[in-house]
Amino acid sequence: SYLISFSFQQRIEIHKLRQGDNLILGFSIGGGIDQDPTQNPFSEDKTDKGIYVTRVTEGGPAEVAGLQIGDKIMQVNGWDMTMVTHDQARKRLTKRNEEVVRLLVTRQSLQKAVQQSMMS
Amino acid sequence: MSAAMDTESTYSGYSHYSGHSKKAHRQGRDRHKSPRSKDGSRSEKSVTIQTPPAEPLLGNDASRAEEGQDDNWGETTTAITGTSEHSISQEDIARISKDLEDSVGLDCKRYLGLTVAAVLGLLVFLTPIAFILLPQILWRDDLEPCGTVCEGLFISVAFKLLILLIGTWALFFRQPKADLPRVFMFRALLLVLIFLFVFSYWLFYGVRILDSKDTNYQGIVQYAVSLVDALLFIHYLAIVLLELRQLQPMFTVKVVRSTDGESRYYSLGHLSIQRAALVVLESYYRDFTVYNPALLTASKSRAAKHMAGLKVYNVDGPGNNASGQSRAMIAAAARRRDSSHNELYYEEADHERRVKKRRARLVVAVEEAFTHIKRLQAEEQQKAPGEMMDPREAAQAIFPSMARALQKYLRTTRQQQYHSMESILQHLSFCITNNMTPKAFLERYLNPGPTLQYDRDRWFSKQWTLVSEEAVTSVLQDGIVFVLKCLDFSLVVNVKKIPFIKLSEEFIDPKSHKFVLRLQSETSV
Repeated sequence: SYLISFSFQQRIEIHKLRQGDNLILGFSIGGGIDQDPTQNPFSEDKTDKGIYVTRVTEGGPAEVAGLQIGDKIMQVNGWDMTMVTHDQARKRLTKRNEEVVRLLVTRQSLQKAVQQSMMS
Repeated sequence: MSAAMDTESTYSGYSHYSGHSKKAHRQGRDRHKSPRSKDGSRSEKSVTIQTPPAEPLLGNDASRAEEGQDDNWGETTTAITGTSEHSISQEDIARISKDLEDSVGLDCKRYLGLTVAAVLGLLVFLTPIAFILLPQILWRDDLEPCGTVCEGLFISVAFKLLILLIGTWALFFRQPKADLPRVFMFRALLLVLIFLFVFSYWLFYGVRILDSKDTNYQGIVQYAVSLVDALLFIHYLAIVLLELRQLQPMFTVKVVRSTDGESRYYSLGHLSIQRAALVVLESYYRDFTVYNPALLTASKSRAAKHMAGLKVYNVDGPGNNASGQSRAMIAAAARRRDSSHNELYYEEADHERRVKKRRARLVVAVEEAFTHIKRLQAEEQQKAPGEMMDPREAAQAIFPSMARALQKYLRTTRQQQYHSMESILQHLSFCITNNMTPKAFLERYLNPGPTLQYDRDRWFSKQWTLVSEEAVTSVLQDGIVFVLKCLDFSLVVNVKKIPFIKLSEEFIDPKSHKFVLRLQSETSV
């Protein structure tokens, strides 16, 4: 059997949760063009300076919406996130007047190829 | 022990030669009689043992007498007891007599040199003018009339002569600062050059112009102008050879004083040994602390104790086995448990403590004295507004309060013979006039300063002898050692070349070496 890795894009809609004075999404991000890409454990290409999901809190709105750890965020509400600094990314996710954020994420997946012969 | 080296440069037969020309200086010939250059030791390799001057007895006398004076000036401010002012040791007598006999001889030679140089300089200076005037005087009627070009040349000659005059005055007419033993090589060279030059010009002039009575006046004036131009170029050469060439540093010299090991480093350029010696001596007066024979008594007494420690008796017979004796002494000295290092350590620690205590008392006393002055000044202002207090009076008013502490401190640091009561009063009134703090006043007494700071009769070092193996007019080279001796101590000078520095360039792309601190942060949203 083989291991095939491929990436597919997914659209995820997160409804922010109000906690006190803040609206939280329930995950953590890492990366950005001002950060060191070689320390990113989730990226396949170690020069990739994109924004990655590094943690997802259990039971939070992100987990509920289907966001997984290691996802690379490509767009937030139509704003491009592939060439932004870390702080810009944070700001785009935590806009006060938005209750819903729509993310376009890329996920890598490893799947075993099922050999035809094994079926038989 | 010191080995007298070969050419003690105290006899100079050639030095008169440098006396004539305006380019010559007033240094040069000096029949500098040094007490050590007796005839025997001039050009032999001989070993002379120089015993330290017989000090202990006389020194004690002098210091005791000085202490008598010291005690008194602590108590009474105005009376000066004359007991110690007339106590002179043997050395002083020798020194004074030497000073007398040397000063007369030197002055005569200096003035002779000066006059000869001035006369010849004048001659050389007047040559172009003579060139121009002689045809006018001798065969005026035959001469062609002087046109505009020719008259323009007159102006040029006049101004060039003026510039030459000013340049010569600036470069050569300076106070001679030293008498060097041998003639100055470059000045001699220039002198010869000028003589040949002027002589050949006169020769040409005499033969081709005077004899044949040339009528082309413009040509004659141009000839005179070319002479002046050439003189200016020789002046330029003089500047480069005498002043500029030695400016770039090529050697580092280490100067060590023989009595206490104090050393300094200096940078020199291409100089002859005698000029280097001159530079070293000038810096010595400014940089080295003053030579204080009183500080050497401790080490001398230790040395005496070492020498007197063991006595060897030859029991076997009259055979004089000198090497055997010395070997026996060394072996015995090694075996004996020598506790002199202990003594030295405790003595030094004790001395330091004493000095620090006395220093503390002195500082406090002086500070109190100075605040007292301020109070006095304030009172005076109230009593007679606008009238400043005389600093001398103020100094005399507060002097008794700190005299004792100062005297004790000076005695502990063995500086008491360098400062008389009068000099202290003067310094005090100087400090009051210039509004100095007590610390500024004390700076002079807390640490021994350079020789220049003190009175001339306390210097112990006014006449110097240059002792070197190479000729003193030869240029400095790596590894040369020469010694500057004066009566009481000597300065050993070691010359080292500044290493040839090879500097290479490395180009770094600015983009590649800029360091950007990249963080890896994680933010929760």
